[in-house]
Amino acid sequence: MKRIYLAATLVALAVTAFLALYVTPPRENQGFQAVRLLYLHVPCAWLAYLAFGVTALASILWLIPRTRNTTWDLLAGASAEIGVVFTALMLAVGSLWGKPTWGTWWEWDARLTTTAILFFLYLGYLALRRTGATSAERGTRCAIAALIAACDIPIVHFSVTWWQTLHQQGTVFNPNLDVKVNGSMALTLVLSVLAFTMLYGYLLIDRFQLAQLEEGREERELQLAIAERVRAEEVVPA
Amino acid sequence: MSFFRGALLVAGKDLRIESRSRVALQQILPFGGIVVVLFAFALDSDRDLLPRAAPGLFWAAVLLAMLLAVGRSFAVEEANRARDGLRLSGLDGGSVFLGKASAIAIELFALEAVLGIAVVVLYDVALHEALILVLTAVAATIGLAATGTVYGVLAGGLRARETLVPLLVLPAVTPVMLGATRAFEAALDRTPGDAWPWVQLLGAFAILVVAAGVAVFGPLLEES
Repeated sequence: MKRIYLAATLVALAVTAFLALYVTPPRENQGFQAVRLLYLHVPCAWLAYLAFGVTALASILWLIPRTRNTTWDLLAGASAEIGVVFTALMLAVGSLWGKPTWGTWWEWDARLTTTAILFFLYLGYLALRRTGATSAERGTRCAIAALIAACDIPIVHFSVTWWQTLHQQGTVFNPNLDVKVNGSMALTLVLSVLAFTMLYGYLLIDRFQLAQLEEGREERELQLAIAERVRAEEVVPA
Repeated sequence: MSFFRGALLVAGKDLRIESRSRVALQQILPFGGIVVVLFAFALDSDRDLLPRAAPGLFWAAVLLAMLLAVGRSFAVEEANRARDGLRLSGLDGGSVFLGKASAIAIELFALEAVLGIAVVVLYDVALHEALILVLTAVAATIGLAATGTVYGVLAGGLRARETLVPLLVLPAVTPVMLGATRAFEAALDRTPGDAWPWVQLLGAFAILVVAAGVAVFGPLLEES
């Protein structure tokens, strides 16, 4: 099942790449090719929101005593890792686009600055997660740190509306919900977001399963060592 | 015991420890001083640039010294398992938070006064709009101390605490760094109108963090 899902994800990504590179037009009147980075930049940004949103939600579920469960802690961690990777990718791709378009790799405008802070907040969160071996040890501190970090998500999102920024306003989710993209570009953009969301789903499941294995590892190793010792004693009675 | 009496007790304890051990006076304050001097080296004592960059450099120095103050405040609780004593004292988590944050804030006020004089003398800055400068410093310091205290207890008892706290605190206090710097710049430029929105931002940030700290400190203290 997981393999079929992965195959579907890869197909979706391949179709996105084809559409983005060969079908969609370059920017009109200048034959500007860098605009194609849009189909990478936007889904990365979406995944960052989605991943950190899932982390926040899972952290809340951990903090509520009735729903507290190892699953939520592991899910929060797995999702945050993916979020950090895609935030970094989004910043890198945005930077590559910014050089030819704005004439600079980096601009200290509100959107870029708040995103950079978001990146560091979650790097700190991941570092904090590393300090505890089990959910019971790290769960509450990490959940609270995740919720503090999540305060920056709406600030990032609304930064382009609140302040005059170099970064353009939302193309789809702007204040008037006035969609400013159409034709093959819109189709490719939608598909890229879908494909990346599928990729997120795959990575999340994979990372979560790995985290589950990690979580029980020490306990299992201890049990194995005891069993081995018991067997050894049975063969050669003391 | 009332909430604020508890806070007063904890703050008194921390300040008494500092007044006897002199770590804040003999280590954190000189550290802030050397940072101010280093910034001047970095800008090659450019006579035009230094006064213009002074607000940002001042707050960067305060931020760095704040990290030491927070580290110190929680290192004190590590020794002799003092944290367990604090937990068993029966004090409300929120009042312990207020106490520790107030002690850090008071230390930072003293530090800011000294660093402020150093910046005026060494960077050749002319002070204007004293009211805005003071209000900015008060709001910013409360925000810094409260954020530092939240993350201090969050990382309490962990192995890599000393290196973890700066990584966690610095991104979280960027609004303070930005707001305080802009407010100081506006005050020194004699355009107080530009400073007020930033002072309000700092005030809102301080209130939010203090409220959050009062709410989460208890559970985090139990956890650490």
